[in-house]
Amino acid sequence: MVELKEKISEVFRDTNLVICWREGFDPIHATPHFVREESQIEDSIFNLFCVHNLCVYLPFLKEKAGILVKGCDSRTLIQFLQEGLIRREDVVIIGISCRGIIDVGKLMREVLYEAVTGVSIDGDSIKVKTVSREREFQLTSLLADKCKICRYPNPLIYDHLIGEPVESKVSWDMAYEDIREFEKKPLEDRLSFWTKEIGKCIRCYACRNACPLCICRDRCIAETRDPHFTSQSVELKEKFMFHFIHAVHLAGRCVECGECERACPVGIPVKMMKKKINLEMKELFDYETGINVDDKPPMYTFKAEEEKIKEHEL
Amino acid sequence: MERIGFLKKEKIEEYLQSLSKKGELYVPVDVGRAVKFEKYLTGSSICLDRPPTLPPKSVIYPQSERLFKFKFKKDEGNVDLIEIEEVEDTKKRIIFGARPCDSAGFSVIDNVFIQTDTPDVYYERRRMNSFIAAKACDKPSAGCFCIAVGGGPFDDSGSDALITELEEGYLIEAKTEKGSLFLDWELIEPGDDHLEKKLKKKEESERLLSEYLGELKKIEPLDPKTESFNDENFWKRHLSKCISCGLCTYLCPTCYCFNITDEKKIFEGERIRSWDSCMFFHFTLEASGHNPRPDKFKRFRNRVGHKFMFYPEKYSQLIACCGCGRCIRFCPVSVDIREVVFELQKPRRV
Repeated sequence: MVELKEKISEVFRDTNLVICWREGFDPIHATPHFVREESQIEDSIFNLFCVHNLCVYLPFLKEKAGILVKGCDSRTLIQFLQEGLIRREDVVIIGISCRGIIDVGKLMREVLYEAVTGVSIDGDSIKVKTVSREREFQLTSLLADKCKICRYPNPLIYDHLIGEPVESKVSWDMAYEDIREFEKKPLEDRLSFWTKEIGKCIRCYACRNACPLCICRDRCIAETRDPHFTSQSVELKEKFMFHFIHAVHLAGRCVECGECERACPVGIPVKMMKKKINLEMKELFDYETGINVDDKPPMYTFKAEEEKIKEHEL
Repeated sequence: MERIGFLKKEKIEEYLQSLSKKGELYVPVDVGRAVKFEKYLTGSSICLDRPPTLPPKSVIYPQSERLFKFKFKKDEGNVDLIEIEEVEDTKKRIIFGARPCDSAGFSVIDNVFIQTDTPDVYYERRRMNSFIAAKACDKPSAGCFCIAVGGGPFDDSGSDALITELEEGYLIEAKTEKGSLFLDWELIEPGDDHLEKKLKKKEESERLLSEYLGELKKIEPLDPKTESFNDENFWKRHLSKCISCGLCTYLCPTCYCFNITDEKKIFEGERIRSWDSCMFFHFTLEASGHNPRPDKFKRFRNRVGHKFMFYPEKYSQLIACCGCGRCIRFCPVSVDIREVVFELQKPRRV
């Protein structure tokens, strides 16, 4: 923690703004922390509850900033740079090698949303004290799903690095096994799965706004009256329409940070759609998002004859 | 007339079935990673052990509702006509398993839609025809703060009946005339003997919440002269992290802002009213293109102001927040509205 604060201090002297984390309203919630005064550095933390992808704020900042990123978050920066959404000289990146974060939603469900008054982590176990009792969990059982299949625990781009490098043994195929398994199900099963899940949507747009790559924001076509792509009604087809728009607009852009799914208050597995599209992107264009700054996202360019798209051949 | 009944746990299914014959019954159901109020069907697994993710607001104030249908026609003389079809809604709705904060939320909305010279017929009709039984809370959930805004885990304002879960069953207390609907004497027995146990539970629950809240015990309406309120830097300092989604407003039992749109096909269409959110850019976007609240700071300021300053000013110091804590518990970036209000009330930093 000393190292973290020292690094933030160092960067702060250069940027006058560092986006990091501090403790949230209870021991299992961290919250993004905008350090604009030296005295605020003291509150900064990094722990298993620092779940947010802080890059979400960058394309809208009009000032130079320091930012903390985990391995997965760092891919967002690369994607931003590829798309020209930020300038490299406007960010100072403090990368953190990460062993995984906790799925806070899952933890809250496990303790039936009881108010948490304390946590202690000891090796592989975590003790959670609520107002009525204390429970112990294995850390692995509470890890966010994305961390179990993480291929990039170490930041891919950074100016300063904190922590020892972490090794990942996860292969591409392992990371997309869930999608391939799901696709084996009959069409009817998949349709009823999505009908139930999307049916829960309340169109609060938390998934959209938590997504660092969803940069239309106030101009999102899910809300504009003209053109009238979706109505204000909460019918299933309107909800589907919104989620498909969201997913398709992220084709070859989504870095799978999972913020959409984490932000959803009703637990819709929206990341699955984006992973499916990324899988297609890999198979069609052999492209993986957020890996090399010099890559061109496939939807930003075209070839007259794509190697794997045959329909144009005469 | 007897007003307190006791329902044995094993009879809950039978009780709900009987209740569902008296009107359209809504109960909290676990829909997978969330608890939502849904129409009761035989076999529905009612979920009372945790606070519902979404309040029952939508049962009485739907997220989107048709106000009327319209058709464009021509008469014999080829003159354009518009045919309007009204919506009839005389259904009786029963909500079982709301939380006390959820019921209190309806009281806030009532002031706006019913206690006015121009009542909203759609809301009023449904509200008058609704019956609400709230389940008292045994333990505080993450972010709960009802006692800080004048409510309580056993508060009955806005509810027709209050249900207390005891070890062997449910104590059902009718709190209004309408509450008698929940006293189904064929299935329940007199409950006065259990009152003492209930009071113990109440004390315990209030103690737990008060301990959990620590110094955040009381939130007063904001003084319109609050200096920090108009200080842009205050909002930048505390709300830079807000991502400006509508989660907090759509999960809120007291938020009632709406939008009205005509959803048209070629010769017909419908006018619908749907929830809107003051956290969205489009909420205040004017036809000219001007937007008086173009950034998230102004929008958040409005949300806090509406709940803790403007509304109390208009409705005899009542805060438009029931302390359910959902906006804190589920906020993707853990914005804590209590913290913001407390900071506003602090003497201004120089």
